[in-house]
Amino acid sequence: MAGSVTLRKGRTAANQGPRATLEAAWVRWTLIGVAIAFLGLFLFMPLAVVFSAALSKGVGTYLAGFREPDAIAAIKLTLLTAAIAVPLNLIFGVAAAWAIAKFDFAGKSLLVTLIDLPFSVSPVVSGLIYVLIFGLQGLLGPWLREHDIKIIFAVPGIILATIFVTFPFVARELIPLIQAQGNEEEEAALTLGAGGWQTFFRVTLPNVKWGLLYGVIICNARAMGEFGAVSVVSGHIRGLTNTMPLHIEILYNEYQYVPAFAVASLLALLALVTLVVKSVVEWKSQERIEEPQENWGMEPA
Amino acid sequence: MALTLKKRSILPGFGLTLGYTILYLALIVLIPLSATFLKASSVTWTRFWRIVLDPRAVASYRISFGASLIAAAINLVFGLLVAWVLVRYSFPAKRVVDSLVDLPFALPTAVAGIALTTIYSSNGWVGHLLQPLGIKAAYSPLGIVIALTFIGLPFVVRTVQPVLEDLDKDVEEAAASLGANRWQIFTKVIMPAIMPAALTGFTMAFARAVGEYGSVVFISGNMPMKTEITPLLIITKLDQYDYAGATAIAVVMLVVSFTLLLTINLLQKWSSRSHRAEAKQSETTTTTSLAPGYAG
Repeated sequence: MAGSVTLRKGRTAANQGPRATLEAAWVRWTLIGVAIAFLGLFLFMPLAVVFSAALSKGVGTYLAGFREPDAIAAIKLTLLTAAIAVPLNLIFGVAAAWAIAKFDFAGKSLLVTLIDLPFSVSPVVSGLIYVLIFGLQGLLGPWLREHDIKIIFAVPGIILATIFVTFPFVARELIPLIQAQGNEEEEAALTLGAGGWQTFFRVTLPNVKWGLLYGVIICNARAMGEFGAVSVVSGHIRGLTNTMPLHIEILYNEYQYVPAFAVASLLALLALVTLVVKSVVEWKSQERIEEPQENWGMEPA
Repeated sequence: MALTLKKRSILPGFGLTLGYTILYLALIVLIPLSATFLKASSVTWTRFWRIVLDPRAVASYRISFGASLIAAAINLVFGLLVAWVLVRYSFPAKRVVDSLVDLPFALPTAVAGIALTTIYSSNGWVGHLLQPLGIKAAYSPLGIVIALTFIGLPFVVRTVQPVLEDLDKDVEEAAASLGANRWQIFTKVIMPAIMPAALTGFTMAFARAVGEYGSVVFISGNMPMKTEITPLLIITKLDQYDYAGATAIAVVMLVVSFTLLLTINLLQKWSSRSHRAEAKQSETTTTTSLAPGYAG
């Protein structure tokens, strides 16, 4: 077996090279096999079942799922929610990244932790906190009722909960990038007479555009796919306060599997697009820093 | 003022951006979160404890924390394996596999939920194979573990991967030349180096799993005392207009989340410190306080 040969290689001084730190071929392929099997079971299979179930009754039935008025309303509401939540979190993310990455101030790490808070809160609790403020029994409930403003079980609540859940994404993506960039280029631009905005748009932004793009894309994917938080504040009113994930839940619970998976396939496609963008972004940013650290193991130290 | 500028900089916009950051943070996150505690404080202590220690609530903690712990442990083992395979070996379609690891971050939880339920229900792709063995995957605690494993899958992989990539191969070669075999090198040299990162990933996966709702509700069957997770109990209480009950349970969950967040931060500091000690060049220190560039 090849394995015993490679293991003994460690003792023969010559031709030792990378072999001393590499497992035998059969060990390698077993590990790869187990890893792929695990990922296959937990990642590829769920993805595959979405599309296979959506198309199980043919393309015609698949497409019919999107012509239903409730499905169209859900898609529209999801798009509207993302169209409001993502830009707001984008503006916040850029502002937060600028303040945190470019300046030193006391309480900075506390601020970073606080920005991360929404990640650690259960989606259900994220929805609940808005119910406790804006709901009928909530702190502002009586006042809102007097002024005939509806936030919970209405679109504003869905948007608020979505903003909360996707709050940190852009900031988190940008902070390390802007930090790594340093301040020299901006300082040079300002010394040469550029204005603050000009410096930001011409110097900072081009440097981090790929990371920013990924931040926006993942924020958008999460905004469109949020389920728990939105479920708490939506009230599940068909055609009015159902987003795509909530619509999927209703269809699924009514045993309408094909339309449920049809809508789900749209969100799965969005997830795949997100992953592709992420890969491209990583590839783009690696291109820039690749040179010094080529594939490891080849350099003999 | 609590915030003081330490280093003078000619860059503009500090006041504006920091002010906006704090304002937005307060409006969206801090004020709503404190409202929860305010609301909870309207419940008396005795009533609070009665709600929180109610048998059904305690059963839900046991299910949520138990299943999350098992799922995070599965992810620790397989996450290490996947990270190892992705960093050390080459195989066909490795890049595709690598980018698909992030799928649970991008795929909506409801989609994951119905997909996993379809696979593991008694007539599903995997479920029909388990059925003759007497294993009920969907609508059982096992189903919850499956969903939570999916949700937490990327964390250990993505925290361990960069550390493994930066690991100095000289040390391994030195160990090999001193007569250590691969297993000894792995347990004595590699494991200690990646352990802080692996534990960070484990805690992240656990924290994410504890709060998860969307992917679990479809597959769990949602039976009180048996397969009812804590987030679902909050929803059930809300549906019954039991706001005090929902809030009390939510406070328990928030306290747990904050404790876990603190633990993750401490683990990350430890991890980046030992990571930095391992790395040859300690130039890039500024960015390490943040997690691996994405989040759950």
